[in-house]
This record gives sequence, structure tokens and C-alpha cells, in this order.
Amino acid sequence: MAKGPHPAPPRVASRSGEHPMTAPLSAAPALSPQISEPATGAQSLVRSLESEGVEVIFGLPGGAILPAYDPLFDSTKLRHILVRHEQGAGHAASGYAHATGRVGVCMVTSGPGATNLVTPLADANMDSIPMVAITGQVAAAMIGTDAFQEADIVGTTMPVTKHSFLVTDAADIPRRIAEAFHIAATGRPGPVLVDIAKSALQTQTTFSWPNELDLPGYHPTLKPHAKQVREAARLLATSRRPVLYVGGGVIRAGASELLRALTDLSGAPVTTTLMARGALPDSHPQHLGMPGMHGTVAAVAALQKADLIVALGARFDDRVTGKLSSFAPHATIVHADIDPAEISKNRHADVPIVGDLKDVLADLTTELAREHQQHGLPDLEAWWRQLDEWRTTYPLGWTPTDDGLLAPQYVISRLGEVAPSDTIYVSGVGQHQMWASQFIKYEHPNTWINSGGLGTMGFAVPAAMGAKVGMPDRTVWAIDGDGCFQMTNQELATCALEGIPIKVALINNSSLGMVRQWQTLFYDSRYSHTDLHTGHQTRRIPDFVALAEAYGCVGMRCESAADVDATIERAMEIDDQPVVVDFTVSRDAMVWPMVAAGVPNDDIQYARGITPAWDRDE
Amino acid sequence: MSRHTLSVLVENKPGVLTRVAALFARRAFNIHSLAVGPTEHESISRITVVVDVDDLPLEQVTKQLNKLVNVLKIVELEPGSSVQRELLLVKVRADDATRTAVLQVVELFRAHVVDVSPDAVTIEAIGGPEKISALLSVLEPYGVREIVQSGMVAIARGGRSMTDRALERVARTA
Repeated sequence: MAKGPHPAPPRVASRSGEHPMTAPLSAAPALSPQISEPATGAQSLVRSLESEGVEVIFGLPGGAILPAYDPLFDSTKLRHILVRHEQGAGHAASGYAHATGRVGVCMVTSGPGATNLVTPLADANMDSIPMVAITGQVAAAMIGTDAFQEADIVGTTMPVTKHSFLVTDAADIPRRIAEAFHIAATGRPGPVLVDIAKSALQTQTTFSWPNELDLPGYHPTLKPHAKQVREAARLLATSRRPVLYVGGGVIRAGASELLRALTDLSGAPVTTTLMARGALPDSHPQHLGMPGMHGTVAAVAALQKADLIVALGARFDDRVTGKLSSFAPHATIVHADIDPAEISKNRHADVPIVGDLKDVLADLTTELAREHQQHGLPDLEAWWRQLDEWRTTYPLGWTPTDDGLLAPQYVISRLGEVAPSDTIYVSGVGQHQMWASQFIKYEHPNTWINSGGLGTMGFAVPAAMGAKVGMPDRTVWAIDGDGCFQMTNQELATCALEGIPIKVALINNSSLGMVRQWQTLFYDSRYSHTDLHTGHQTRRIPDFVALAEAYGCVGMRCESAADVDATIERAMEIDDQPVVVDFTVSRDAMVWPMVAAGVPNDDIQYARGITPAWDRDE
Repeated sequence: MSRHTLSVLVENKPGVLTRVAALFARRAFNIHSLAVGPTEHESISRITVVVDVDDLPLEQVTKQLNKLVNVLKIVELEPGSSVQRELLLVKVRADDATRTAVLQVVELFRAHVVDVSPDAVTIEAIGGPEKISALLSVLEPYGVREIVQSGMVAIARGGRSMTDRALERVARTA
């Protein structure tokens, strides 16, 4: 079975002249006359990245990737940012991609360099972030011998990447790079790994940028089915309790304006998931906020009581649905997504629509207008009366602390008020992430960056760095926890040296706050291994102000409500250095509302022990 | 759970089998049998995979398979409208006393003897799962010493080619 698809052989099947299975190179920049020039594999890699229009690479060199770093040194088009840990390179590429919509690029060496990328790749895969990761690999002849710093990174990352390539022939480098960028950026975006053997980088070859791609099995469906869209429009025009359930796909598709148009025309309430915050301005009167485990009562209840849910680029994640079998029991489901595998994965879709959300939303709006012309506007008055009652009865809020320490929610909401409205916020994972999602008013897409699917602690600092590199004129605030911050704060050195003045609001509750909250609620307040000793009246190990200064950043500490605004303003004035503000907050603050894991959404608690009385008006 | 036979056309490239097999493992689907081989097109390989799975999860795994960049086309082959075959090689104890009886079984099942030794014969049989298992149960009393079985391969009945259609579709979108 010599021709069978074995897992191991490094040689790529030879390609003969005219091939029937080729796809046009739609993602590539305008075609210039075919350039063909002698180069090493390494030079060819650098030329390929330049041809792809890459402007920045986050990376860290090592033995196997070393040949690539030599021509990179001479490139005038590629900026390389030297990180302190490969995980930082991966999250920085993510943050860059999320903030700009362009493909983020990171480059590391073989073995441990590559395995340190596994977390950021898995993170980008879950959150559909376009990323290309280039890893060095040991020389082709050494593959499979357990050579120094050898790791089968293609094998390792297969389940957490959109696709991956192993390149052992220098001549294949431009083609694989072009394919990697095309796959990363199109369809449902995601991370693509290109593993290049050191021998390929060192071999003499000819650089020539491909005119077309050889991806016969890759054809994302972009155009939605007209009949399905018409059916969705009919349902939206006739339902009495519709809800638009908006997911991160709307942000990735760049479809916020179109969502706005559909929202205005339909008159339906909108919920934006954790990944979709900013897809519709929070100030929009039809916006109910975030659904799910820590969503607003109005958003959670609207989905539970809806007769129609129009899911747009959302995936019915368990954090949104709660106990799946009791999620939105009365709702007909319209599910639009670019990824057919998402449709009916968790919840059966009555009307499936596969396509680019830009097309879906444009077509749906047109069809809906036609429906309105024929049948008049739907009567949503009773529905809105109900929604407004939930909104006014159960607004987001918090109780004052009783230990005299700052309320973390206050710090975050003040940050949202004081910083300009186009500020990019980047968070880690935990309580601070939920509060940042709840208490900052997002008015623009791509101003909220976080690790939603994988829930990667340590995401904030490197991702904020990447966002700031991509959007240097915007203010970038990382909102981080003291636990998260200690996982990746070494990238502050990168920020300080490379002139990337991010700001970090450290919501320091001296503990692994979200875990502690669950211990309070579900483990009898037994605080097993969640105390970090970084806060008020502890030994402060580490002292975050001193740590920031050691990293060449400005460090500040804020411990009282009276100082919060002044501290934020002082941080805002510094624009030539990274700033870290240690906000020492109460550790007893909890994230509310909450639907406990695996519980029906109807059992949402507005605050501890308080569940809304649903049946009052039914 | 019911048994389904999927024919998967893939690019003939390194690592593709791993991707397909790993997907089944990751999504917690049980592979009953799997066979890979070349096709009439140099650049295309064909994987026949038999899975035990309910209809809804099967739809999900098919969609997930379709997302693999190297997968060109997936078709489910129904037993009624396709030819499904597996290959069995079985070594059965057969001495002077029993050899004639064993050879009669071979005849009955239209199988072949491919190797003979004083105390055993090696039988080659090709057929659907029912024929193979019937043959094995008839041979059992004589003493089955060793079995090797291929995964199932399957092809749809009728004149149309799955591969051609895959190529046409690719050519249209290109």
C-alpha cells in the first residue's frame, strides 16, 4: 500500500504539471508577475511571509528555526517581536488577530518551543482566531529518531488546529505558507501550524510565489441558501417572542453593521455572548446583555421564554445553555453559522443556514423587509413589556464589600467610564473576566478580547501586547487577575523593551477568585489551595508594583474607592511605558447572576439564594 | 446503535489517515473496521470506515470529517445498494483425518486453500460480513489456529463513479 496516506513519511507526493484540482488564490494580494529567484529555504520563508503581507511576527528563536532568523534580520517589511516565552508569542498573535482582523503570526523553534505553543493554538482554535504558527523542526533525516529538541508537533496539535503542515522540501515552503494563510483566514477562521524541517530551511531552492492553491478538499460555504433565509425571515416576522442570539462569529465576520440593521428592522431583543460583546453597542435599546452562566437575568430569561431564537455565529455552548435539555424549551431555532458542523451539534436547528454572516445578515434583512411589507410589522409589545420588566427588576449590580476593601466591580466599571470608548479591553479568565464583560459598556466590535472557549488563564498580558502592536493608536487595557497575571507577566519585559505601552489593571483579590467563589458556594467555604498571598495584609509575594518596576514598567497601587478615578487617569497619561496598576480588592466579591454548572437556566440566581419568580406574568 | 459504512475520499498525503482516525477517537466514535488504499487517481486515496453509531452523531461525525482539509468527499454506502467485501485468511487445523471435511467447507463457501502443511491448511475467503462469520463458525470445530481479516471495502452498485463526481465538483468550484 505504498500510495496510502501513512502518518509518517516526510516526503510530499510529487505534483505533476497541470492538476485538475486547484483553487484560485483568493486570499493573496494582487498578483505580480511571477517572481522566481534563487534562495535558501529560510530566505524563501521570509519572502513568503512578506508576500503574504505580514507586518509583525511574535517569536523566539532556537536551534531548529535558527536558519530562518538570519534572513529575518535583514527584512525591512517584517517586524519581529522577541517574546520571553513561546506561549506569549501565541497569545500575542491571537490578540493581534482579534484586534485587527488580520492573521496573527508566531514563530518558534522545535521541541519545547513548539509544545509551548499548544495552549495558544488550542485557545485560538476554540475562539476561531486566524493564526499561523511556524515551528522549526529537526532536520528531515533526523525526524523519528528522538533527536535533540524533537517533538511531533503536527501530531500533537492535530486536534487543536484547523490544519497543519509538515514541510521537509524547501521548494514547498511558499506554497504551504500561502495555503496556511488562506485556511487560517477563510471560512471559520482558526490556527494553522506550519512545521518546517531545519534541513528544508538550509537547502538552496527557488522562491516563487504560487498563483493558485492546491486545496481540493477545502471549500467553505459562503453563500447562504435563499430558501432557508426566507424561512428564517418568515419566522422572524411572525413570532411573538423572538430573540437574536449573537455569537463571536458576527465579530469574526465583520458583520456588526449588518447586525445593527437587522436588529433595528426586526425590533427583536438581542443578546451578545462573551465572544460577541461589542457586536452590537451596549447602548442599543434592544440589547439585553450577555446570556449564560453569568449573563443578565433579562438575557437568560429572554432565551428561556423565547418562541424563536435566531442564533448568529453562536454555538450553543454549555456556558450559554446551562442544562441543554431544559434550554429554551419553547423556541424554534434558526441557526446561521459558517461552520456546518456547528449546526445541530448541541441543539437541533429547525432552520439551518450555512454561510458567511455578512451574506446571511444582508439577505435576512432584505427578506425580512419584504415580509414586513406583505404582512405588516409583528406585534412585540407584550414581549417588550415582559423584557423591560426583567431589565428593571434585575439590573446588573453588586453589593458593597463589608471588609472595607475595594469592590472589584466598582474598579472595572470606573475603568470603563474613564477610558475612551474605543479602548480595547483584554482580559484573563475568571471573575475579573466576567465583571469586565458585565460592567464595561462595549460600543464597538473588536474592543473586547478574551479567552472564551478554552478559558486560558494568562491570556491577558500577551494578548494585550499583540492588540497594542496591531492597534498602536488605541488605548489597550488588560484587565487581569492576580492568578492569571502570574502565569504570563514576563511579557511585560517585551512590552517595555519593544515600546508597547499596554496598561494592566490588576484586579488583585489575593486568590484564585472564581475557584474560590465555587468553593464558597459548592464546597462549604473550604478554601483548598486558592490563596495567593498577593493582596491586602499579606506578604505580597510578589509585590506587583515592585515587579512592574523591575520589568521597566510604571507600577501603581490603588486601595481605596476615592483613589480609583485619579489612578486610572494617571495611568492614562502615561503613553511611553507600560503601566501596571495593582487594584487591591475584596476577595469576597462574587460574580452574579449565576447559573450553576449543569443546572437549568430557569434556576438562575440573581444573587445568592435569589431566583426570579418567572410565572408572575404568565 | 446501528452500523454504517462510510466511503471517504481523501488526498493521498502523509498524515491523512491519522487525521481521520483521530477525529473518530476525539469525538468518541467506535471504529469497527477501517481500510485504506489507492484509487484510480494517483492523488486520491479511499478510506472505507465502518462505525457503530446512531444517526444523529453520524451526521455530526460526517460534518466534522468534511471539515478536514484533506477530505474530498464522504458517501454513506447502504448494504442494499452497494457491494461490501472483506478478506479473511484463516489457518485451520487439518490432518489426514479431517482434511477432506475442511476442504468440503472450503468448496461450499467458494473459498480457496492458499497453503497446506501436514497439520493445517490456510484458507482465503472473500465476502460480506455474514459469509465470513458463517465460514468461521463452521470451521471452528476443526480448530482455528490463526485469523487475519482486512477491513471492509465497499463500492456502490451501478455505473456511476464516486471518484469522478468528486473530481467534477472540485473542478466546478475551482
